[in-house]
Amino acid sequence: MRHPIDRRSFLRIAGLSLGAGALYRVAPALAAGPGGRDTARRLARANGEGVTPFSFVQLSDTHVGFRGPPNPTGTLAFERAVEVVNGLREQPELVLFTGDLTHDAEGRAERLARMRRFQQLASGLRAKARHAVPGEHDAAIDGGALYREVFGETSYAFDHRGVHFVALDNVSRPKPEIGAERLAWLRQDLARYPVTAPIVVFTHRPLFDLKPEWEWFTRDGAEAMKLLAPYENVTVLYGHIHREHVHQEPNGRHVAARSLIFAFPDPAAAAEKKPAPFDPQRPFRNLGPRLLHAGPGASSRTLALGMEEVELTLREHSGTEGFQQLLRPSTLEG
Amino acid sequence: MTTTGWRWARAAAAAALLAFGGGASAAGRVIEVKAKRFEFSPAELRLKLGEPVTLRVTSADVTHGFYQKELGIDAEIEPGRATEVALTPTRAGRFTLICDHFCGAGHGNMRLVLVVE
Repeated sequence: MRHPIDRRSFLRIAGLSLGAGALYRVAPALAAGPGGRDTARRLARANGEGVTPFSFVQLSDTHVGFRGPPNPTGTLAFERAVEVVNGLREQPELVLFTGDLTHDAEGRAERLARMRRFQQLASGLRAKARHAVPGEHDAAIDGGALYREVFGETSYAFDHRGVHFVALDNVSRPKPEIGAERLAWLRQDLARYPVTAPIVVFTHRPLFDLKPEWEWFTRDGAEAMKLLAPYENVTVLYGHIHREHVHQEPNGRHVAARSLIFAFPDPAAAAEKKPAPFDPQRPFRNLGPRLLHAGPGASSRTLALGMEEVELTLREHSGTEGFQQLLRPSTLEG
Repeated sequence: MTTTGWRWARAAAAAALLAFGGGASAAGRVIEVKAKRFEFSPAELRLKLGEPVTLRVTSADVTHGFYQKELGIDAEIEPGRATEVALTPTRAGRFTLICDHFCGAGHGNMRLVLVVE
């Protein structure tokens, strides 16, 4: 019975390989052959637009307004991240924020001030195409009302260079869920695209059961993934867990980014969800942006997302001793 | 890291650990649980294997969630009225129950540990 299995595998691989240059390898050398150009044209036509390589950055959980023992430096990691991203040789075309832009406060005025401060810091990014989804700290307390006033809709979609991006709000209801209305919107949005279209969903909470007892899940996340199941090329970017994590499912790859405020422990190793203690010697340890390079996959059915973790270390990105002094204002005053 | 290393007791979760009847009339020993931002009181309950109990949960302030996925517990605790959750532990272990109805900045750490011995 080996033969039929090998044959199926051969056909699958061959079929995918045929499309490799077609969909994504748009460089002249790769699309030089008449077959390659023809396939590229056909797939671009099917998807509405051909994919061309570009890179984008995911930033997450900036929690503007938070100040406490796990991170006494406030927004400094966020500010450093902006510097790091601006200093990249290849400038990203998009910056995606996957929620908890601000840390919640009791009064509307303070919440608004934190959102404005977030906007001020984010406006320092050279990449002008910036997109965000809320986290529960931004939106759960009032159903996302203030977030909408300041940032606009909490769920929306757009296309960029042949990739369909979906911002999916799973935080603005009291429960950790997307909700029937938003799922209906997602179904409608996706219906416009062929199954070959590359799709990047960005959201706050994981859409799978990562650790429900730490509220690291979305109650109806499986329903969203069911809607995405027919699509051959799905990537879900999320935040919330303040640590990096990659989870592969048959119908999509889920990737979490680090936060820019403090890190949570590995749930497989830690009994409690307690932030990692602050280390003044390495104030940005375990924090940082994730740089994503979108480009050709190994086949027509994959969009390659190369990842590079950028740790915001004092030595690499500050270059002065001033930061240490900022940690001890009394020293400066003295 | 992949999810491989994160597969803790998911298989065990498939087994019926507790009989759960949200809103059922009180059965067995009644245990009072108070919810307020951002804690349950008591924070830990020790239950005996096979002994039916009823958790009588009240909120001192806002609406809270009362959720433990592995055990199938999923209730809303609204201020002004008690919510009863009937349980009969059939398996020993330590289960963390959370508030899954957002109640403020400390919501993420609002939990109740059920220890079944």
